[in-house]
Amino acid sequence: MSAVTLRSEERVAAERVAAAGRLLAAVEDPEIPALSIVDLGLVRFVEVGPDGILEVGLTPTYVGCPATEVILHSVQDALRQDSVGEFKVTSVLSPAWSSDWISADGRRKLLEYGIVPPDQSVSSMRDVLRGTRPLACPRCQSLDTEMVSEFGSTPCKALHRCRACLEPFEYFKCI
Amino acid sequence: MSAPAPTVGSDALFRYVLRLGDLSLVLGQRLGEWVGHSPALEEDLGLANIALDLIGQARLLLTYAGEIEGRGRDEDKLAYLREQGAYFNAILAEQPNGDFGQTIVRQVLIDAYQLELYERMAGSRDERLTAIAAKSVKEVRYHLRYSSDWLVRLGDGTAESHVRAQSALDLLWPYTVELFAEDDLDRQMAESGIAPQLSEVHAAWTARIDAILNEATLKRPADRPHAWHGKRGQHSEHLGYILAEMQYLQRTYPDARW
Repeated sequence: MSAVTLRSEERVAAERVAAAGRLLAAVEDPEIPALSIVDLGLVRFVEVGPDGILEVGLTPTYVGCPATEVILHSVQDALRQDSVGEFKVTSVLSPAWSSDWISADGRRKLLEYGIVPPDQSVSSMRDVLRGTRPLACPRCQSLDTEMVSEFGSTPCKALHRCRACLEPFEYFKCI
Repeated sequence: MSAPAPTVGSDALFRYVLRLGDLSLVLGQRLGEWVGHSPALEEDLGLANIALDLIGQARLLLTYAGEIEGRGRDEDKLAYLREQGAYFNAILAEQPNGDFGQTIVRQVLIDAYQLELYERMAGSRDERLTAIAAKSVKEVRYHLRYSSDWLVRLGDGTAESHVRAQSALDLLWPYTVELFAEDDLDRQMAESGIAPQLSEVHAAWTARIDAILNEATLKRPADRPHAWHGKRGQHSEHLGYILAEMQYLQRTYPDARW
């Protein structure tokens, strides 16, 4: 195999990865359509294997999240393009998904959508078990808020309420 | 470490992974019974969310068990087509919901157990179990935060809620002995570095439970000898009813799909 062919094969692979990346960035999360699965940090890798098959590694947020399968199907639908070619989607469990992986862009979009983004890097037992700092209401920014329930409308969110503007809001849990 | 850890047979590993998976599956199914019946909407959501996480754990573990067995059984076949004697959960998980307090007591006892177990399993020699445990433990922390918070409110609440929480604890405590009763399979898993020593898990669990009970002003019942062997497939009468409901559809319409 000549060096020229190798380079062009590498270029084709890189173009396929780039095309897949663009398509994945447009796949919405079914529960929080303001965010793409890339913003949420669900796409762990995109690469072309030695067999020429493009592989996408996806990780679930919560093990029982019903959105996981919807996301898998959306990804498969999105990638079915000539520019991507043959592909497969692999589930990646380890390392476990962390809310730290939500991109800065994703955090901004969450807040705009009315969901308070997760604290960063709260991973110690003490923080998770007891440490709840007051959250600012996404509507009026008041710190006079309280948690209503540890568990909200989806596994990843907790339910809070603002005592100043009296509006309920959701907090994307730190995990 | 001096001598290399012994390897375990696939049959032993299969049964051990089912123990873990069945505990999550049966408890998840039990919690699901609360949907639409909880004291408040928030508790409905809370218990349903925990149930969902537990079913998610069970899916990962049962899928893995099926692969270890290598006879083509997937998560659904293992969940829907096994008889009661082939379920290996400790029988604490299958005990009835009772009132809200009884459900919360059962949840605290099992959440703390899963937390201490999974945290230590993150160093397992079995990579797949390491990954599942590391993933699940993050969710279990939230489960325990929810259940222990409620237990403190109930125990340290009104005279009525205190009495109910204490009697639920007295009722369920004897079943916790089985969680930590080490048998040959547990020993084999610990010796081969797949699972932690149960005695270690027990000590950490006891310390954690004591702290919660103390805050909840509840009294820890004395340990009693036990004769429960759900981990070996000998169950209380309750599991049959759970399976009858859970498995009805697949048994009546085999291979039914959405």
